[in-house]
Amino acid sequence: MLEIGQKQLELLERLTNASAVSGDEGAVRKIVLEEVTPHSDQVQVDAMGNVLVTCRGDANADGERLKVMLAAHMDEVGFMVTSDEKKGLYRFSCVGGIDPRQLVGKSLWVGSDRVPGVIGAKPIHLTKREERENAISLDSLRIDIGPESDSKIKVGDTATFATKFARLGKSIRAKALDDRFGVATLIELVKHAPQNIDLLAAFTVQEEVGLRGAGVAAYTFNPDLGFALDCTHARDFLPWDEEDENASYNTRLGAGPAIYVADARTLSDPRLITHLVSTAQDLEIPYQLRQPGGGGTDAGAIHRQRAGVPSVTVSVPARYLHTAASLARLADWEAALALMHAALSRLTPDILESERSYCG
Amino acid sequence: MKALIKKFVQIPGPSGYESQIRDVVRAAVEPYADEVIVDALGNLIVRKGEKGPDGLRVMLSAHLDEIGVIATHVDKNGFIRFTKVGGVFPAYCVGGHVRFLNGTQGVIGLERKKGDIKLPTLEKLYIDVGATSPDDCPVGVGDMAVFEREYMELGSRIVTKALDDRIGVVVLVEALRQLSESGVTSPHELYFVFSAQEEVGTRGAGTSAYRINPDVGLSVDVTTTGDTPKGSKMEVRLGGGPAVKVRDGGMLADPRVVEWMVSTAKAHEIPYQLEILLGGSTDARAIQVTRAGVPAGCLSVPCRYVHSPSEMVDFGDVQHSIQLMVALLSASIPQL
Repeated sequence: MLEIGQKQLELLERLTNASAVSGDEGAVRKIVLEEVTPHSDQVQVDAMGNVLVTCRGDANADGERLKVMLAAHMDEVGFMVTSDEKKGLYRFSCVGGIDPRQLVGKSLWVGSDRVPGVIGAKPIHLTKREERENAISLDSLRIDIGPESDSKIKVGDTATFATKFARLGKSIRAKALDDRFGVATLIELVKHAPQNIDLLAAFTVQEEVGLRGAGVAAYTFNPDLGFALDCTHARDFLPWDEEDENASYNTRLGAGPAIYVADARTLSDPRLITHLVSTAQDLEIPYQLRQPGGGGTDAGAIHRQRAGVPSVTVSVPARYLHTAASLARLADWEAALALMHAALSRLTPDILESERSYCG
Repeated sequence: MKALIKKFVQIPGPSGYESQIRDVVRAAVEPYADEVIVDALGNLIVRKGEKGPDGLRVMLSAHLDEIGVIATHVDKNGFIRFTKVGGVFPAYCVGGHVRFLNGTQGVIGLERKKGDIKLPTLEKLYIDVGATSPDDCPVGVGDMAVFEREYMELGSRIVTKALDDRIGVVVLVEALRQLSESGVTSPHELYFVFSAQEEVGTRGAGTSAYRINPDVGLSVDVTTTGDTPKGSKMEVRLGGGPAVKVRDGGMLADPRVVEWMVSTAKAHEIPYQLEILLGGSTDARAIQVTRAGVPAGCLSVPCRYVHSPSEMVDFGDVQHSIQLMVALLSASIPQL
């Protein structure tokens, strides 16, 4: 089984420390291209910036091979400078879903030179009481890089949280685990591509703003099956103030990769859910079912492309997604990689012999 | 035909898990089909006929799936939390009966705090299947259920769950049967699509339309009416005949398709109504924007209490809908 060692951790560190806001994915694309090119039959960067990688397998006895598309998105949520107020202060907007309440005082890297900045708000002694009772709105926040800076920050530049990767015992703390986990996993799968399939790896763009790259990539690949590799919330801490059970945990840390049955954009193909679950059970790889409802992944765009593609998502659980620092367990990532590699290696064209059905 | 309606509505088939109803529909249409396939998303696609010199490639669609619920958590006392599959109104849930795909039945309960008068939200609802813990609960996270309510006939009205859109499925199945048995050869290459996953965003219609690449698309679905006390201000009423959809929340129907439907209804003296729906959408909206675009419209069966377990249609409207559909498909389409 594939394992996570020092090399894989160093790759994840490089990936999470890189800044790649939706629409501006170049820094991660560069790392991806360096890593996958020696291991691929074909690599192309398409019109939107998706990296499309083909690893052809061996023909089986009947000469057929499944064309299996895997997607991991290179972009992270972040910020975009919207106006220059001079003296090093800039207005900004969010790119992708970020809760504005947790922005004040955060450190950022701004622009392609990664100029350090901070998100500031009106000083507290200048506020009125009513203002202090409500969460600070985006309009009252500014990116401040200091007045002496002669940097070339301009309107349209992107910025990310300035969080550096850290290993905390069994856990990993980093920004953009959504979806550098998926990117790192997909790079490993390309390097160890199973020979029974044509592995079509799509490192996609602009997932966080509407799954935009994935649909385009699926149109090009025209695959038989689709897997999205993503990162999803673990809201598994005890309820803050109630003795009630936590019934909306979504996923739990330490319970293994999360297989999706249904989110807001996709009803996963039952044949693929069964395949993943039986692979996990046979090989005693821990797994969990993500709670149905809410959210969306690249599978949402892939499964509706052209005449339709049976699809499913597998995600690494992590706490505090879309904030400055997310937290995940190393063991969950390792199990996700092991599960995906094993599941791909066991795929045969027979999986599409049966129709999409309820299998009680 | 009422027996067919009753049979079709009772078979559970929530979005994404339509195979049981699909198998029954397939058995009903296979005798009349030139070609039958099931595609990647579970759409049942039936081809009949070849395109004649005066003909077009016509895609018809009615969706197999019904709204339902999906289990998100089984709590320590065996109560099941859930979220919706498609447009489920929490107010219609309270006290309702559900049936999971594995056969387990349950009742929907509501958290009740003293003095609480607000409408329930999904988070305050749960399903009770009689279990006492996760260990003796036959339902797990990810299991889907549909609503249950008995079939009733009230004079010429039929009341049951899942008329949206099993009544549309019946209209297409009956139209196909009548066309085949009448000996009339349609000038068109006809594709009857019994689509999947409409209730969660017209997903099956888009992919099946891509495959078929039709010249015109017509879906058959239900629409609401304006004829109940302090209801919405809509002209459509039960007993007024099939409704020709002019627009809904997702689509502005092609005027040529509207004209095709209206002129055919008039020529055959079939009652019809014009429909403008403020919300909602149907498979037709997905067909319309497929590939390079498709002229599209919708034949609507008027229905009260849509997305409740007690949807109501008028049997006369159903018969007129079938009559209109047969007439539409039997002749060329001068408007296109």
